[in-house]
Amino acid sequence: MNFLRKQLDRVKPHFEKGGKLSRFHSVFDGFETFLFVPDKVTQRGSHIRDHIDLKRSMFTVVVALIPALLFGAYNIGLQHYLAFGPEETGLDGSVTSLFIFGIIKVLPMLVVSYGVGLGIEFFTAQIRGHEINEGYLVTGMLIPLTLPIDIPLWMLGLAVAFAVIIGKEVFGGTGMNILNPALTARAFLFFSYPSWMSGDLVYVHGLVDNPDVVDGFSGATSLALAAAHDISSLPSASDMIIGTIPGVVAETSVIAIGIGALILLVTGVGNWKIMFSMIAGGYLMGLLMNLLAVNAFMELPAYYHLIMGGFMFGAVFMATDPVTAAQTETGKWIYGLLIGILTVLIRVLNPAFPGGVMLAILLMNVFAPLIDHYVVEAGIKRRVKRAAA
Amino acid sequence: MPEVIKLKKGLNIRLKGEADKILSPPVKAVRYAVRPVDFHGLTPRLLVRAGDSVKAGSPVVEDKFTPELRLTSPVSGTVKEIVRGERRRLLEIVIEAVGDEYIDFGKGDPAAMSREEIEKRMLESGVWPVIRQRPYHIVARPGVKPKSIFISGFDTAPLAPDYDFIMHNSDCSLFNKGIEVLTRLTDGDVNLVLDGSNVSGSVMKGIGGVKIHFVKGPHPAGNSGVHIHHIDPVNKGETVWYLNLQDVIVTGALFSEGRYRNDRIIALAGSEVMKSGYHRIRCGASIEGLVKGKLRDGGGDLRYISGNVLTGSAIAADGFLGFYDNMITVIPEGNRYEFMGWLEPGLNKYSATRSFLSTLLPGKKFIMDTNYHGGERAFVFTGDYERVLPMDIFPKHLLKAILVGDIDKMEQLGIYEVAEEDFALCEFVCPSKIEVQTIIRKGLEMMIKEMS
Repeated sequence: MNFLRKQLDRVKPHFEKGGKLSRFHSVFDGFETFLFVPDKVTQRGSHIRDHIDLKRSMFTVVVALIPALLFGAYNIGLQHYLAFGPEETGLDGSVTSLFIFGIIKVLPMLVVSYGVGLGIEFFTAQIRGHEINEGYLVTGMLIPLTLPIDIPLWMLGLAVAFAVIIGKEVFGGTGMNILNPALTARAFLFFSYPSWMSGDLVYVHGLVDNPDVVDGFSGATSLALAAAHDISSLPSASDMIIGTIPGVVAETSVIAIGIGALILLVTGVGNWKIMFSMIAGGYLMGLLMNLLAVNAFMELPAYYHLIMGGFMFGAVFMATDPVTAAQTETGKWIYGLLIGILTVLIRVLNPAFPGGVMLAILLMNVFAPLIDHYVVEAGIKRRVKRAAA
Repeated sequence: MPEVIKLKKGLNIRLKGEADKILSPPVKAVRYAVRPVDFHGLTPRLLVRAGDSVKAGSPVVEDKFTPELRLTSPVSGTVKEIVRGERRRLLEIVIEAVGDEYIDFGKGDPAAMSREEIEKRMLESGVWPVIRQRPYHIVARPGVKPKSIFISGFDTAPLAPDYDFIMHNSDCSLFNKGIEVLTRLTDGDVNLVLDGSNVSGSVMKGIGGVKIHFVKGPHPAGNSGVHIHHIDPVNKGETVWYLNLQDVIVTGALFSEGRYRNDRIIALAGSEVMKSGYHRIRCGASIEGLVKGKLRDGGGDLRYISGNVLTGSAIAADGFLGFYDNMITVIPEGNRYEFMGWLEPGLNKYSATRSFLSTLLPGKKFIMDTNYHGGERAFVFTGDYERVLPMDIFPKHLLKAILVGDIDKMEQLGIYEVAEEDFALCEFVCPSKIEVQTIIRKGLEMMIKEMS
């Protein structure tokens, strides 16, 4: 690695202030710090610092997403195979062939997401003269994983640009945004191109172009079926937990997401309070729906809400985004609980949007500062009271 | 069983290099220094020139705004050098020790002296600055009557010395005299806070004249700021004083012997120290002789710290022991690049999170260097500061209030109760590498300005 270091040291002066390439300083810095942890030592304050940095934290989240991504790739192949059969697809139905088929479909989405997103990040960091922030490593992965597989790549690129520029950079970049950038991208597509984001055809590769399927196959997601009160067609709970059902790329498997959750919780990078309270909120609201049930959807066992649609993915990877979630510890409980409650509320009582998780999280993103405000005010009141006593 | 305040939040960094409990014979230093930078809230005015001869207790520096507040020479000798930093900031007054002359301030029985007399004696001898105050974590302002006084009987900082061991080897009568003095300075309690994890074994639990409390928990459970917060919190307009355990002895010595004798026992610790241990040393002494022959010869650069690794100040290899410090720590510098360091499994990388494999070695102690291990970023993660701050304070909100200079918010969020040392662990764990202690100090300075 000495050779690489020497090469970097050789070109480095050009990128520093006054160098002929100084306008690419942020880009150079981004690459350099990617390759080498800098030699900077503490000058003030604590002499030693934890080995954790933002790169490591963000990378941990990316690792946590990998099980869901891998299973998603397999499931894309599987759903395609189930829909069209061996002759039409030319697949032999083995796990490997289905996985390879799926990963070939997913990779271009990842490439576009990272390409466009990081491009904009580098550009804005350069304009501002900032260091490049690692936040997009996670966002860039989250966006494709929450979209239907057949979404045109240009739409994906557009959504990424919208999310990064309007959702994040205009607020001042990573750490300053109000809305979860990945969900901003998804919401942008959801409302701009609804025909690509909902319905019974978009979740299985090939259905949009060719709705001719094997008899008895339906590309509808479990949520869509439940919303149509077609409970008898719902996949079994075990299928929903394993994830061999139609859905967006990586939301289907509770197990794969659960592995990711475990990684986040064991490393301490993800917040367990938000995950737990959101699941509790969803379950409690499911129970309440059971009590008030007037239709088949409301009668659905409460735990179904947790394993259907994007609930788990949202709880583990979206609601826990530290920047857009509530910042106070008490606030996190309230924030998670309300997301869970709202998700089920939107799903069951609003016929237009079966996918309630995205809207619930975005809504609570907006309210998170308000929750924090009241929590902090309560703390201030405690202090005033103490002084008076 | 006495009542023990149990704190859950905090962190004991598993750092390698704890000092062996061996008290070595004293090492005489030749050079000593008075370091005005050690004293927050003091605007120094120099009283000596290079070449002047001084005695132990001779004034060297006084405060511009409160001239009775002065720093005195710890030894007798000659002023060798005045070291100034950027913008002529007064850094060190170096004194070469000769002989053992001292100014006789006269013995005194605190019980027979008035509060004003005691205060005057402490001020003129230069002992006074051992007392610090909340709010602001500055040298206590003379003339103010604190609602209580706190002494911490244990130090939870990484590699910190064992106070029980120190007390075992110290003159208890001087300590008791010091307590007697302190009880005359407040109408409230003099609180001695002891380690709640060793209630029965504490040497100090029999000390009279004080109210004894037990606090148990990970660092910063030994910080006076944390004790005050939980036992007698500072509200707006109130003042609480606190001082280090061994400074009580210094105070006692002033009244028992009539002289300023700032001797103490310190620990020499850190991963780069081969022969660690405890040493008797006078405040302000150069560490050159102390560390000589005791360090590992690895060839790499070393960081010498007066104090602990979280809050101490970096000094040169022949630098001086700080006024409030009770240890010298030596750790490796981290001035090297690390290829793909953030991606490594990290069996030997300590982290408060569990994102490195080092988590799997629960008993292991780690060598840590001074590298940042990453670049400075915006606030992203939340909850990490809260986990290591055992106070009813919203750390991020307070920091943000300071960053935007919102005085009202700072006050409401509890700025009067905190010091940078209470936030040192927040700074340590911060994945965004934010200079938390510097920000807190900035906030405190802002408040002082606003309130004066």
